Amino acid sequence: MAETVNTPALHTVPPIALRRRLINHLMTGLAVLTVILVLAPLIAIFGYLLYRGIGSINWAFLTQTPRPVGEAGGGMANAIVGSAFILALASILGVPIGVGAGIYVAEYGRNRFGDIIRFTADVLNGVPSIVIGIVAYSIVVLYQKHFSALAGGVALAIMMIPTITRTTEDMLLLVPQALREAAYGLGIPRWRATLSITLRTATSGVITGIMLAFARVAGETAPLLFTAFGNQFWNLRANQPTAALPLQIFTYAISPYDEWHRQAWAGALVLIVLIVSAVAAVRYVVRRGTFGAA
Amino acid sequence: MANPAFHRPDMLGPQPAETTKLTAVSPVGVVAPHLRADGETGDRIFKFLMLLCGLAVLGVLALIVYELMLRSSLSWHAFGIKFFAGQDWDPVQEHFGALPFIYGTIVSSLLALLIAVPLSVGVAVFTTEMCPKMLRGPLSFFVELLAAIPSVVYGLWAIFVLVPLLSGYIQPFLARTLGWTGFFDGPPYGISMLAAGIILAIMIIPIISSITREVLMVVPQHQREAALALGATRWEMIRVGVLRNARAGIMGGIILGLGRALGETMAVTMVIGNTPQIVKSLFAPGHTMASVLANEFSEATGNVYLSALIEIGLALFLVTIVVNALARLLVWTVTGGQPSRANG
Repeated sequence: MAETVNTPALHTVPPIALRRRLINHLMTGLAVLTVILVLAPLIAIFGYLLYRGIGSINWAFLTQTPRPVGEAGGGMANAIVGSAFILALASILGVPIGVGAGIYVAEYGRNRFGDIIRFTADVLNGVPSIVIGIVAYSIVVLYQKHFSALAGGVALAIMMIPTITRTTEDMLLLVPQALREAAYGLGIPRWRATLSITLRTATSGVITGIMLAFARVAGETAPLLFTAFGNQFWNLRANQPTAALPLQIFTYAISPYDEWHRQAWAGALVLIVLIVSAVAAVRYVVRRGTFGAA
Repeated sequence: MANPAFHRPDMLGPQPAETTKLTAVSPVGVVAPHLRADGETGDRIFKFLMLLCGLAVLGVLALIVYELMLRSSLSWHAFGIKFFAGQDWDPVQEHFGALPFIYGTIVSSLLALLIAVPLSVGVAVFTTEMCPKMLRGPLSFFVELLAAIPSVVYGLWAIFVLVPLLSGYIQPFLARTLGWTGFFDGPPYGISMLAAGIILAIMIIPIISSITREVLMVVPQHQREAALALGATRWEMIRVGVLRNARAGIMGGIILGLGRALGETMAVTMVIGNTPQIVKSLFAPGHTMASVLANEFSEATGNVYLSALIEIGLALFLVTIVVNALARLLVWTVTGGQPSRANG
């Protein structure tokens, strides 16, 4: 490094050089300190989660529905399944629209209008999830007159769309133009070339985007508070209130009962394991995949 | 990932794996001739369908604006602009003012920025400029892992770890040393504006640091080399050659973090105490625009009450839109229109 070079100039003006070197070391030290301060909560969160979660997870937790207050035992099986159900609804609604919009901006949107859609998607990404919850409430719950899994699915779908749109676009743009031209040269119609060649080449990247969006909404609680609402029992009907894992964790965490706290930790561990394994799988696929730009 | 040029659509290089994909796909070409006749119609239909999806993105935003304005009109007509200046929140008398929530949102978010910005920039500088290449990947992975933790889990951890830590050690310490300022005054219950600010800071660090990292990486290498060639120490090189060039982008990252902090709901609701009041001390409980929605929306009785809550939602929406648009523009000007994947 520059500061360790021993030139005669350094000896002629030692105080200034010393100050500069000290500041350099000080700043390096501060940077290391920030890394430690940032990683400390991460380690604390995961450590505590494992410590409290593993102790609380058992077979009953994964297979039973909640028991009334005061009774020990019971679990969050209905919430785990409910979450999967709501996420499935969200994916059915959100993935086709997100991918379609991504295809539009990548293949037809290299113009002003495309820029508007891109910018809208970015802005939509920053809308607070609780606001999305209000909108899902007013377009679904108010018409159905009651809370429902569908309303939760709509809220999460709205959150998935912009993320999927942007990543799909990125991945399609990484497909070389020559590949499209080769397809046109063979006389393949543009739509067919887009679907069978461009999109197919970018499949792993597009799936990565979908998975990231999925992982992002899987832990969302705020938009479900007054859409899916939660349920103490099994429910797999789209028009009925449905339990969801994050909702259940929230309800149990703010309750005054130790038994419920224990279950909240177990639920959080299950949720984190699901999400982190999804993210890790994505990173693994991306590293190995053709287009590693996520 | 590491190379920003890789994101750029105008810098597509040939990549070896694609050739295999091409051969895998080529049978389609054989099928093509019989499709050629209706290719034009197919193209039109396909383009139309994709356009619909694109319009859906615009439609969703329009729908959000429309629904929020429609459902909040009752409150708007009842209270007008005074809604945002009123301090009463009385569902029984149906008298509503949003000021305590606005105050809580602003104070908790600014507190979060105060803590998060130096830490995030430090981490970004360390990962891009100082640490050995080998550590770079894992380090940014761990920081991004913070972004993958759901809000409700942060809240859970904050209730059972952060809050006791605050009330047992940190708050008494702050009261002893900085109590005279008035910001650290009152009983140390743990549940407080301070707790909300700290948990928000932890949550926005990955956003700010990953954007800052992206921005630092697009600073041309010759800026660094030039600074070093002039005899700068490493820190001087970072200050003059790197940070100064990346100012706009870092600012964008910070504003993006602010946007996230403003709208963050669950973790804040769980530790802020949910009391609508305006108090100078950070030890006192508070309430934010997002947390009042989470707490009261599903139990709101009466149309005016619900409408007042939705009006808070509308205000929150408009503020985050402006903040985000500003941040996007700043980041776009630096990274050349490429999206950041760090908004999670």
